[in-house]
Amino acid sequence: MITFERVSKRYAEGRDALSEVSFEIRPDELVFLTGHSGAGKSTLLRLIMLMERPTRGRVTVDGRDLARVGRRGIPRHRRDIGVVFQNHQLLMDRNVFHNVALPLVIAGHDHREIGRRVRAALDKVGLLPRERALPVSLSSGEQQRVGIARAVVGRPRILLADEPTGNLDPALSAEIMQLFEAFSRVGVTVLIASHDLTLISRLHHRILTLREGRLVGSGGP
Amino acid sequence: MSRERVLRRDGAISSRAGLLDRGRAWLSHHRDSAADSLGRLLARPLGSLLTCLAIGIVLALPAVLAQALEEFRQLSGDWQAPDRISLFLRESVSEEAALAWREELEALPAVARVDFLSRDDALVEFRELSGFADVLDGLEQNPLPHLLLVAPAASEQAAQLRARLLRDERVAEAVLDSAWLARLQQLTDLGRRVVWVLGGLLLLGVVLILGNTLRLAIESRREEILVVKLVGGSDAFVRRPFLYTGLWYGVGGGLCAGLLVVAVFALVGPAATELAALYGARSSPLGPEPMAIPYLVLLGALLGLAGAWLAVSRHLGEIEPS
Ligand SMILES: Nc1ncnc2c1ncn2[C@@H]1O[C@H](COP(=O)(O)OP(=O)(O)OP(=O)(O)O)[C@@H](O)[C@H]1O
Ligand SMILES: [Mg+2]
Repeated sequence: MITFERVSKRYAEGRDALSEVSFEIRPDELVFLTGHSGAGKSTLLRLIMLMERPTRGRVTVDGRDLARVGRRGIPRHRRDIGVVFQNHQLLMDRNVFHNVALPLVIAGHDHREIGRRVRAALDKVGLLPRERALPVSLSSGEQQRVGIARAVVGRPRILLADEPTGNLDPALSAEIMQLFEAFSRVGVTVLIASHDLTLISRLHHRILTLREGRLVGSGGP
Repeated sequence: MSRERVLRRDGAISSRAGLLDRGRAWLSHHRDSAADSLGRLLARPLGSLLTCLAIGIVLALPAVLAQALEEFRQLSGDWQAPDRISLFLRESVSEEAALAWREELEALPAVARVDFLSRDDALVEFRELSGFADVLDGLEQNPLPHLLLVAPAASEQAAQLRARLLRDERVAEAVLDSAWLARLQQLTDLGRRVVWVLGGLLLLGVVLILGNTLRLAIESRREEILVVKLVGGSDAFVRRPFLYTGLWYGVGGGLCAGLLVVAVFALVGPAATELAALYGARSSPLGPEPMAIPYLVLLGALLGLAGAWLAVSRHLGEIEPS
């Protein structure tokens, strides 16, 4: 579902954030991506959702070479991918409900369907009672869960998550991971960047490990 | 069962909405964008009002000028273009001599008719027409000469005839009456061209005012645009609320312009009508075109959209998540 072939990424200033990274993720897989801070995890996820273009190498998503997706094709590509951002990326002047509804509004679902799905997603992350709240009035962990609800509400085929449990307590983290596993079980491809090694080693999934932009391990659980 | 079908049954693959739903959602996003944009403008009424007023003034200016020019053109059109030569006779020429010369002139083949206007009659007429009665009363003696009004047999020969008559020593001045009308016509044409150019420049000004206002609006919502783009909002989706913002500003500006035009004519209309009546033209009151407000609102709306489009296509592309 997601293939990297000798992908390198160098930002305008600085050294290679990724170099010669190759791996493949099958459609029904849940894979963890780990590595020290600055290892290139976020960069790798950004390449998948076309927030960045690789300097060298090829990224393929669902059989499509991303180099062939032009500027106009980007929105459509992103609609197929649910993303949990490391820094949340919420609309600060819209309430929780509107934030979670955004992908559905963009995709063009009708009002009733949107209401139903948004509440189901909020229920899954335990935020149903806060649907009218503004993001500023939420804790960091709660904001993160709004981001998770928004990522899954459109039932994307691919789910990317950048430190989705960074601000959550262990019990909540485990619950969120179960949610991702449930999506994986129904065929959603899931890629989660995290440095919570204790948590991810307990869950038996493949782990990609980056060190200074190089893939140093892509072993099984 | 194929894997794909299992997925569909489980609802994993269903993020795409149906066509009918999408159409309805498109409409409702238009409605929401329109309402949201209007709400944002109304949330800061003073700023919005000032922007609309600025647009209104810039739009009203060419509208008033064009309307005034049109009125003037109609007014001057009412004046005939008589190809007539006014012969102002010298002081020394007596009324009898003038009348005698009139007979002579009428006998010429180049002349169709000659009317005599004595200096006393001329004074009476001038007093009635010019509105300078007070000034004339203050004068001790009649400043006007006797006048022979010569109608040439063919208007093409008018200029030639005038030149000939001017050589006669009894004549102080010979004025071809169509000449100043032609000059007036030229002036009106020039005025119309000026109004067109000025109008074009001012309309461009409106587009630029709006473009700048929209640039600021876009800048202030930068974060939001980024988020929408990140979750897959298309350019059209991101653009929509800003186009509506431009539209509302344009409509508000057009409305202001319409009201200004009406106000201007209410202020100067009566005086202008009096003046027009004085020159023997029609006496119907001067006023703005009855459709002025709807036209200006429509024009404002179009310019608003144009300005918004300009700003949006220039600045939205610059805002890309990275
Ligand atoms: N926009 C950018 N411009 C220049 N350099 C960048 C940019 N983004 C990231 N980098 C650099 O690329 C490298 C990888 O960054 P990246 O954000 O991918 O790390 P990460 O593994 O996600 O780290 P963390 O765990 O702290 O989030 C770092 O050295 C970083 O400084
Ligand atoms: Mg990161």
